[in-house]
Amino acid sequence: MNTVNEVKNTIALIGTGAIPWATVYAVTAAVIVGVLIIGTVGFAGPEILHNAAHDVRHGLSFPCH
Amino acid sequence: MKMFNKIFLTALLAGGIAGLFLGVVQNLTVVPMLLEAETYEATGGHHAAETGAEGIVEVWSPEDGGERTFYTVLNSVLVGIGFGLLLTACYTFRQTVSLRSGIWWGLAGFAAFHLAPALGLPPELPGDTAAEVGARQVWWVLTVLATAIGLWIIVFQPARYLKLAGVALIVLPQLFGAPQPEVHGGLAPDDLRSTFILTSLISNAIFWTVLGLLSAYFFNRIGEQG
Repeated sequence: MNTVNEVKNTIALIGTGAIPWATVYAVTAAVIVGVLIIGTVGFAGPEILHNAAHDVRHGLSFPCH
Repeated sequence: MKMFNKIFLTALLAGGIAGLFLGVVQNLTVVPMLLEAETYEATGGHHAAETGAEGIVEVWSPEDGGERTFYTVLNSVLVGIGFGLLLTACYTFRQTVSLRSGIWWGLAGFAAFHLAPALGLPPELPGDTAAEVGARQVWWVLTVLATAIGLWIIVFQPARYLKLAGVALIVLPQLFGAPQPEVHGGLAPDDLRSTFILTSLISNAIFWTVLGLLSAYFFNRIGEQG
């Protein structure tokens, strides 16, 4: 499988230092923070957050209520 | 630490500007339609209905006018930065990102986060009938993931059978189908609903194009300056 090889290569590159760990951390942090922000604006349950983001949720076509 | 700064600074600048733009566009286009739809909602809107059912508690919500506009813009900026972080994280896997490919990245984001979910769950107006919100959110998240991964495979995997697997990933959630209400429709007139669906999709497509363009621009610029 091509994808499997690509993942193996990527892991090998991290191992040899061709992809620095700093990049791995940075990408992981960006994905986690990005998902947290989108999740809070688009999906958070508490009604106070829902009310504040109401129009944005509808405008972005997120499932709202 | 350099790459961390590059990703987060790109996302803050590109996402912040694109989000501000989205907030302005939404306030000029879809928000007036939401306000009109709310006038059709019986008993003063669903918020009143929900709190009424629970009994007493009056939960804060922004006043119509300046306050509501402010929170819409604020949340647009935040979600712009969030989408910007995901997009910029993808850029680090590529050698270079030209402005033109930035636009394609943006359109892919639009396809994954809006177009594909809208095929099963069209953008909703307040007062529309819909299936249970938790089930719709699960379908939405799975569809976004499947579409994003499917697109990535189609674009970056050379083997034809893998590209077919990418297509299958995109089609699968649509075949499975989104949770649907027993009766479609709502309180607002159908004209308003169809105009809203189209306007919502177009405004999101423009937002993602701007985000893709700006994030590619800043990602390259910040890289040059080390």
